[in-house]
Amino acid sequence: MRYAMAVDTKKCVGCSDCVVACQTENNVPIGYCRDWVVEVTDGTYPQLEMEIRSERCNHCANAPCVRCCPTGASHIVEGGIVLVTPTECIGCGACIASCPYDARYPHPKGYVDKCTFCEHRIKNGMSPSCVEVCPTKCLYFGDLDDPNSNVSNVLRLRKYKTLIPEAGTDPQLFFLI
Amino acid sequence: MREEIIVSGRMNAMVDPNLHIWHWQIPLYLFLGGMAAGILCIAALYFIRGRENDYRTAVRITPFLTPVLLVLGLLALLIDLRHKLYFWQLYTNIRLQSPMSWGAWTLMVITPVSFIWCALHIRDLFPNWDWKYNWLKAIETFFNKYKKALAWVMLIYGLILGIYTGILLSAFNARPLWNTSILGPLFLASGLSAGAAATLIMSKNKEERKQFARIDLVIIGIELFLIVHMFMGFLASTQVQIDAARLFLGGPYTTIFWVFVIMLGLLLPAILEILELRKYHIPAIIPAIMVIFGSLMLRFVIVYAGQASRWLY
Repeated sequence: MRYAMAVDTKKCVGCSDCVVACQTENNVPIGYCRDWVVEVTDGTYPQLEMEIRSERCNHCANAPCVRCCPTGASHIVEGGIVLVTPTECIGCGACIASCPYDARYPHPKGYVDKCTFCEHRIKNGMSPSCVEVCPTKCLYFGDLDDPNSNVSNVLRLRKYKTLIPEAGTDPQLFFLI
Repeated sequence: MREEIIVSGRMNAMVDPNLHIWHWQIPLYLFLGGMAAGILCIAALYFIRGRENDYRTAVRITPFLTPVLLVLGLLALLIDLRHKLYFWQLYTNIRLQSPMSWGAWTLMVITPVSFIWCALHIRDLFPNWDWKYNWLKAIETFFNKYKKALAWVMLIYGLILGIYTGILLSAFNARPLWNTSILGPLFLASGLSAGAAATLIMSKNKEERKQFARIDLVIIGIELFLIVHMFMGFLASTQVQIDAARLFLGGPYTTIFWVFVIMLGLLLPAILEILELRKYHIPAIIPAIMVIFGSLMLRFVIVYAGQASRWLY
């Protein structure tokens, strides 16, 4: 099993519903976020191009945060999801410094927090809360090893990219372009 | 002109707009640990080579600094942790891929070793010292018997401690400035030179001072060589590493790096030490303090600038 997410940058309007849904679902402390929206404007006026991306942890197959964690609090579970165990985390910040996507943040309670792909929901057959609420249905989630999953289907049909593949992290968040 | 404007909705404290997760505690610890490693390596090396009587201060006196340095360093590390009550998790896990795990376990060995080494030489500071309890005397006799083995442990773990302070940073490919394997040897060299400088300050023996001025000079040369290579490597690498080098070549860290690390921390003390060896009268304490200060600044500049260096996407 290999969970992954695809984000359709052509359909995303940048409404930030995914951000609010995540904050509500996961009790993210005020002022922090586990997912966020990036708008990239490129070109010379009036020939401008815009890309909107809903970003979060890339749940890398070669995760630097898991490698550098001195206690094993950062770990990979079934399906390739990168998680943090708060009671094993000492809050040293090594994983935060090691993430090229800056997807982690120090929780005010001391441990490090990040996107979990809503592991508690997908265990019960639901999709992550960001995927669930997206009004333009631009987020696709599923198992890459299953050729009939949402994410496998859309990646077969569309062109896509990953973020900083040259960092060698083997990210599992795909952006349809 | 082509322009790319990136607007991110993310504003996580200590991560945005620039990473600033590590503050003064980490560079201070890297300096204290590095200097302690330098002092212990030099002491162990001269003891193993049987030069204890020629370089008495370096082998028997300067190591008294190391328990203090290490304890202060450990304290800084503890202050840095955000989930302090769980610090013991470091010692219920061995993670071979994590430099920080290596560091935690190395400190677990080298800190007691530094205390034992001082205990064995306590009579050099207090000639009438008495351990009072028989079991303490038994421990002293035991370690005196295996002092050479202890020195080897001290040398090897001292080297690991000195190198790991650099590897700790270079293992992060997310921060292009840190992502160079030269940081390992550079921080080791910087720690050794700070350790040599400590003996230079504490020694009252003219021959010993001369020798340590020479050692310091050689290590400063090695450091300059490594720094030049670091920049050559960056400038011949990918865009993100070229950008990282530019932090020091016109960017916000240019002045602090070239003035405090290179000029005041390396070049000026080197010149003063050369003059001293040429029989000009220069108090040894001046270049020595500059070397130690430069070693501290190197850690601060690298840790802070590294967090400003990143991938753009």
